[in-house]
Amino acid sequence: MKVAIIGAGPAGLYLAILLRKAGHEVSVLERNAPDATFGWGVVFSEETLGALRDADPATHLEITDSFARWSSVDIRYQGKLLRSRGHSFSAIARKHLLSILQRRAAELGADLRFGVEVDELPEADLVVAADGANSRVRTRDFRASVKPQGCKYVWFGTDLVLDSFTFSFKETEFGLFQAHAYPFDENTSTWIVECAEPVWRRAGLDTMSETESIAFCEKLFADDLGGHRLMSNRSLWLDFPLVRCASWHRGNVVLLGDAAHTAHFSIGSGTKLAMEDAIALATALARHSDLGAALTEYELDRQPMVERFQQAAGESAAYFGRTATYTGFEPVQFAFNLLTRSGRVSHTNLAQRDPDLIRVLDAWFAAGTSMVPGAVAPAPLFAPLRLGSTTLTNRLVAEDAGDPVRAAQAGAGLVMTGPVAVSPEGRICPDTPLTAEVSVDDVHQAGALVGLRLTHAGARGATRPPADGLDIPLPPTQAWPLLAASSVSFGPFAQTPKAMDAGDLAAARQAFADAATTAADAGVDVLELDLADGHLLAGFLSPLTNRRDDEWGGEHRWAYPLSVLDAVREVWPRLLSVRLTVTDWVPKGLGLPEGIRLAKAVREHGADLVHVRAGQSVAEARPEFRRGYLTTLSDQVRNQAGVPTLVGGYLTTPDEVNTIVAAGRADLCVLTPQPSPIEAVVLS
Amino acid sequence: MKVGIGLPNTVPGCDGATLVEWARRADGGPFSTLAVLDRVRYDSVEPFAALSAAAAVTSRIGLATMIAIGPLRGAAMLAKQAVSVDALSGGRFTLGLAVGARLDDYDAAGVDHRTRGAALSTQLAYLRGEFDSAGIGPVVPFGAKGIGLLVGGTSGAALARMARYGDGYAHGGGPPRAFGSAATKALAAWRDLGRPGAPALWGQGYIALGDAERGRDYLRDYYAFTGPFAEKIAAGALTSVREVKDFVRGYADEGCDELILFPTVADLDDLDRLAEALS
Ligand SMILES: Cc1cc2nc3c(=O)[nH]c(=O)nc-3n(C[C@H](O)[C@H](O)[C@H](O)COP(=O)(O)OP(=O)(O)OC[C@H]3O[C@@H](n4cnc5c(N)ncnc54)[C@H](O)[C@@H]3O)c2cc1C
Repeated sequence: MKVAIIGAGPAGLYLAILLRKAGHEVSVLERNAPDATFGWGVVFSEETLGALRDADPATHLEITDSFARWSSVDIRYQGKLLRSRGHSFSAIARKHLLSILQRRAAELGADLRFGVEVDELPEADLVVAADGANSRVRTRDFRASVKPQGCKYVWFGTDLVLDSFTFSFKETEFGLFQAHAYPFDENTSTWIVECAEPVWRRAGLDTMSETESIAFCEKLFADDLGGHRLMSNRSLWLDFPLVRCASWHRGNVVLLGDAAHTAHFSIGSGTKLAMEDAIALATALARHSDLGAALTEYELDRQPMVERFQQAAGESAAYFGRTATYTGFEPVQFAFNLLTRSGRVSHTNLAQRDPDLIRVLDAWFAAGTSMVPGAVAPAPLFAPLRLGSTTLTNRLVAEDAGDPVRAAQAGAGLVMTGPVAVSPEGRICPDTPLTAEVSVDDVHQAGALVGLRLTHAGARGATRPPADGLDIPLPPTQAWPLLAASSVSFGPFAQTPKAMDAGDLAAARQAFADAATTAADAGVDVLELDLADGHLLAGFLSPLTNRRDDEWGGEHRWAYPLSVLDAVREVWPRLLSVRLTVTDWVPKGLGLPEGIRLAKAVREHGADLVHVRAGQSVAEARPEFRRGYLTTLSDQVRNQAGVPTLVGGYLTTPDEVNTIVAAGRADLCVLTPQPSPIEAVVLS
Repeated sequence: MKVGIGLPNTVPGCDGATLVEWARRADGGPFSTLAVLDRVRYDSVEPFAALSAAAAVTSRIGLATMIAIGPLRGAAMLAKQAVSVDALSGGRFTLGLAVGARLDDYDAAGVDHRTRGAALSTQLAYLRGEFDSAGIGPVVPFGAKGIGLLVGGTSGAALARMARYGDGYAHGGGPPRAFGSAATKALAAWRDLGRPGAPALWGQGYIALGDAERGRDYLRDYYAFTGPFAEKIAAGALTSVREVKDFVRGYADEGCDELILFPTVADLDDLDRLAEALS
């Protein structure tokens, strides 16, 4: 088969090698000269290397022979240096990698043509577009989405030879800068500098020349560089383009590497993915005589893998975009948060790689700075949490758990009960209780605190019980009249609630305060006030459901719920949690920036804890469900509003909880364990 | 995990006699459910009509739409069709609904495509609530206590709809891992909305055991409207007993409750081959 490959990057060259070995006729068209390329060194992981060895032992040997290798990650933060060990990294100069691949491809008889800018697709049986993230072929013939991702960055080299992967964070008058740096040969290291776009502008980097920007960065990282210089290789400040493309082939044209997909550089995987693409494509071509079938198989094989990396890369890029919100963290927590940023590494993974770090982290998490050197402590989820005068024995919260005593026996430190409606018209369904039905003493005896959620269903009232579906209105004969911020019904066929008048507002506020008093008398430990999920008080917060033009609407949307919070705080003596919708997940609804300000207001009005919720403000929203789908929201609320948070979001394993609380993304987690009794494990 | 089989109601040229014989043999085979697909602008038999015919010649097997494109039908007529199939089959019917993927079916039915999501929500709300007092009989409730309701779709909005009104989730097909990831999302949505227990998780796949190429050709044609995805769907067809077994095991491992395997040719031998592979 005659194959034309556009682009002599890692993807194109590696494919040329593999296809020549399979006997195809291969030409590679590259616009640049053989030794002209952007960037400095690139990182590889161990798992990639196995695949490269199997695919072409000759280049594998040469590549691994020239590797710089190291096993630690250094984090330089607030004048401190933290080192995490037990990782395994290797890196190579991009230029050197390309020269190895060029030589091998030429030796195998590929026709490498440099200085050829491809515009029209060449004639061939198979045309491979390996022309990088800005692929012209993709732009012209494929439907793709290309969006800037993460921070502004610039890719420098330095003649400082590092001995570990180094992250360095620098606070400046303009904001926070960070470097990602790693060695790649005997003389040189990569030094990528990154900062948020507003910081970049404030520092004037948008108008600086290349020389000025090098000088700026050298000065910024002077103490890390220790007199060494930064070097440019067409090093301009750029946005990283996130490329996603639903389909990678069309007719006899196929996309490979960055042309098809990118993964943010902060997880260092683009080159690996590009070379693995080449392996998958060569394998598929060997398996199928039909070109269409081969290209389909290549895509089916690679897409799930690429999606996983793009998910992780997205988390990582977003993390680096908000590092400035973590500068209050203790160094060990800062480091753990950094190392677990992409979701690919958890507390358990890190405990295997770097047991020392995890031991120190756990001990610090349990005892704070008063920890004794060498101390051992249980995993973070078992660390007690003090909030005000209340101490929770651990970080696990059970919710909707059926029997509260069983939930306490199962290990939760706090068992949330309810919801209890503050008044009959505030019930969700006929059997929503009006007072707490829990035996506080029994739960205490089982070792947990008792929480109680107080709600008023608002527009979501008078429905069937949740076992029988949600928001399904009761027949008119069984329903009761509903109240809400405005006359906006919740879902199809739902009753239109009455917009609350002054009397209703005063009565509901009083009902919340009375219910709080009753709960206090009953010995409940934690009260949770429901400002979430489209219920009465949340209905005031969202512009979608609050259409009032009086002193409780428009720019005063927060006022009524906050007045209820004040009234409750006045009578409630113990730990007060506010269950809060921080985004409606609807384009014109309440968005996260407002949600964060709201969380701050709630804290200022006396909430000790925010239970982070999202969506359900209206029936038709655009939620995004997956494991841990609320964690990032909780992270931002906690660290930007400065309030302790409780988060659920389908967390099913203790490892997730350990990772979340130790990384400072939440203080407490709702665990949804798979209900596996001992019989599910011990079969006989 | 239970395993069901599809009726070839959307395989062009499948005549009534074959359809009925297919149903009869499925009833006598190791299958839990007989399911149908829904498509307007294609040479195919309407799903409720196909299941009515199947109901007449079967006595044991469950009947299901996997899925019917809800918004193409008015809510009352949809309900009427569903309760009719349920009555004809003596209560063996499960209604799976989703918005479907085809613009041209909406055009043909004269229904607005842009508001399909909200339209399906309204329809589901109707079936779960209003229907009870609409005077449409035979009276049987939709939901766990009557005609089981599955909802399909991959978006967060679709999953929320499923968790709000449904008893279970109907996945659209793919390798076991893809099912597993969708199932996790469905479970997350279920928990998010505070529904107790867990949704029933239904999956599906295609078989082409006798004539793989003819089966794939059908899939390429049936899914031509998806452009490049048609090839991927065709490549996913299970063409050997080994592949069927791996697929069934893969789905079971991912927590699937009921897996429906759809035919790609209206060839009764394929049904027999599948029955043998499963027994
Ligand atoms: C700052 C930064 C750091 C990174 N660090 C790492 C890392 O540590 N580890 C890692 O694995 N990955 C890393 N990457 C990603 C990695 O660089 C890419 O994923 C990888 O280079 C992709 O290879 P490719 O062959 O697909 O594309 P490229 O390497 O971009 O090659 C495309 C080639 O096509 C040529 N070309 C383009 N258009 C035409 C045309 N019209 N005609 C002819 N030729 C054309 C280009 O000149 C180029 O040579 C990093 C990326 C960035 C931006």
